[in-house]
Amino acid sequence: MWLGGLTPATWLAWRFVTGRLGANPIEEILHRLGGTALIFLLATLSVTPIRSLTGWNSIIQVRRTLGLFSFFYLTMHFLVYAILDQTLDWEFIIEDLTERRYIIVGFTGWVLLIPLAVTSTKKWIRKLGKRWQRLHRLVYISTALGVAHFYWQVKADTYWPLVATAVLVALMLFRFQIWINRRPLDPGSKQLKQSVNSPKDL
Amino acid sequence: MLIKRSEDIPSSDITPESTYLNRRKFIAGFGLGGALGSSMIRSQFDSAKVLEDEFSRTQKDWSRVRSDLDEELNSYEDVTTYNNFYEFGTGKDDPAKNSHTLKPHPWNIEVDGLCAKRGTYGLEEFIKPRNMEDRVYRLRCVEAWSMVIPWYGFSLKEVIDWAEPLGSARYIEFTSLYNLEQMPMQRSFVLEWPYVEGLRLDEARHPLTILVTGVYGRELPNQNGAPLRLIVPWKYGFKGIKSIVKIRFTETQPLNTWQQSTPREYGFYANVNPGVDHPRWSQARERRLGELRKRPTLMFNGYGEQVANLYSGMDLRLNF
Repeated sequence: MWLGGLTPATWLAWRFVTGRLGANPIEEILHRLGGTALIFLLATLSVTPIRSLTGWNSIIQVRRTLGLFSFFYLTMHFLVYAILDQTLDWEFIIEDLTERRYIIVGFTGWVLLIPLAVTSTKKWIRKLGKRWQRLHRLVYISTALGVAHFYWQVKADTYWPLVATAVLVALMLFRFQIWINRRPLDPGSKQLKQSVNSPKDL
Repeated sequence: MLIKRSEDIPSSDITPESTYLNRRKFIAGFGLGGALGSSMIRSQFDSAKVLEDEFSRTQKDWSRVRSDLDEELNSYEDVTTYNNFYEFGTGKDDPAKNSHTLKPHPWNIEVDGLCAKRGTYGLEEFIKPRNMEDRVYRLRCVEAWSMVIPWYGFSLKEVIDWAEPLGSARYIEFTSLYNLEQMPMQRSFVLEWPYVEGLRLDEARHPLTILVTGVYGRELPNQNGAPLRLIVPWKYGFKGIKSIVKIRFTETQPLNTWQQSTPREYGFYANVNPGVDHPRWSQARERRLGELRKRPTLMFNGYGEQVANLYSGMDLRLNF
């Protein structure tokens, strides 16, 4: 798992060092880190649906790792933006963070993940109890902001942003359906309740 | 058509190397320069290998060439591997990978609209009478990156003067090739095809505006818009329409493809202007490929002295 998660970073670093990232390597790194982060976020959100559809319970163990890799790539994405792309010219970074729609949503998505990364340890899970659950639902907002950030920065070719949107919508519809079915007055609730172990898996 | 495809030429017809080299010297000796000579030789011996050999012998020492602002050139590799040419895909490296399907020879140019010389012309007869030369220009993309490129071509004004536009003509419109076999990505709906661009006639006549047939002293690679493209150095790169098949003189302002696609973000004029941002990003700075720190973008891409008067009295915020 760790090996798999670090492969994109190693590959990028290797291509960068050997000068094989094309004529605009900074842009290439930036886009690839952002894309990898979004894939990890969507993978994180896929764990629960996969688990309840297939009954493969042990998959839950990789969820935290996937989530932390999402945060790792997103942090790298932001650092490359600030250090390599903007060469720490704060005047311009602040302008971006206050005036550019796609940068505002992207940055917000990353900031929202910081408390989730911090509270990802067993100790914090115990400490926060039910509130941990609620706090970690921020990942839905964060991912949605990430997709919007992706969509708004392309010029005309919205193919991949739309694919990401479709995946996110499918993953969220799955959760919505479970939520609907679980409401007490809903006659179909019993059946589905059995397929999902507990509300915390949402 | 004066252009023969390579498979039409039996190997016995190909002039021995020594002969054509001598012929080059001969032409150069008469002061015609490499320009006319190489385009003639190119058309007759349109074989990649011959071209490669010929050009490698006639290379300038490009490392010493600078722009008008004493800037270094971007490498041939940068210029030919980082391209926006959506007919071959939207990735920057897609055109270099996919444009081998384009067949720039033979090629026809249709001249149409409000002018005396309406008709269809083979590329060779279209470019042969022109005064070819190298022109080193900055290219500033609307995406906020830039390069310095030694184009090879001729003033568009020469074509306009030759075409004899009518008094009613106020604009010139260019159209790219539309061909699903040669440009498979035209099946996608990213933009409306074929690609269309346009200029006001006075912009088109400006001495800086050129039609390009080569880069770095070589024939224009497919990914850069072979065999004929437009370069308007004070405008964003998307104005530089590639693989032109049609030129039309009109009374009304042409609707260029990007404006048609997203009118809020891309206008007709598309003059490089650090003071007017793209709705989604800043145009104040740009990354010169190969440099780390972004550099400030210059008004009219640094050609303001020559072109600002074209827009006197115009609100460049409204006419972006």
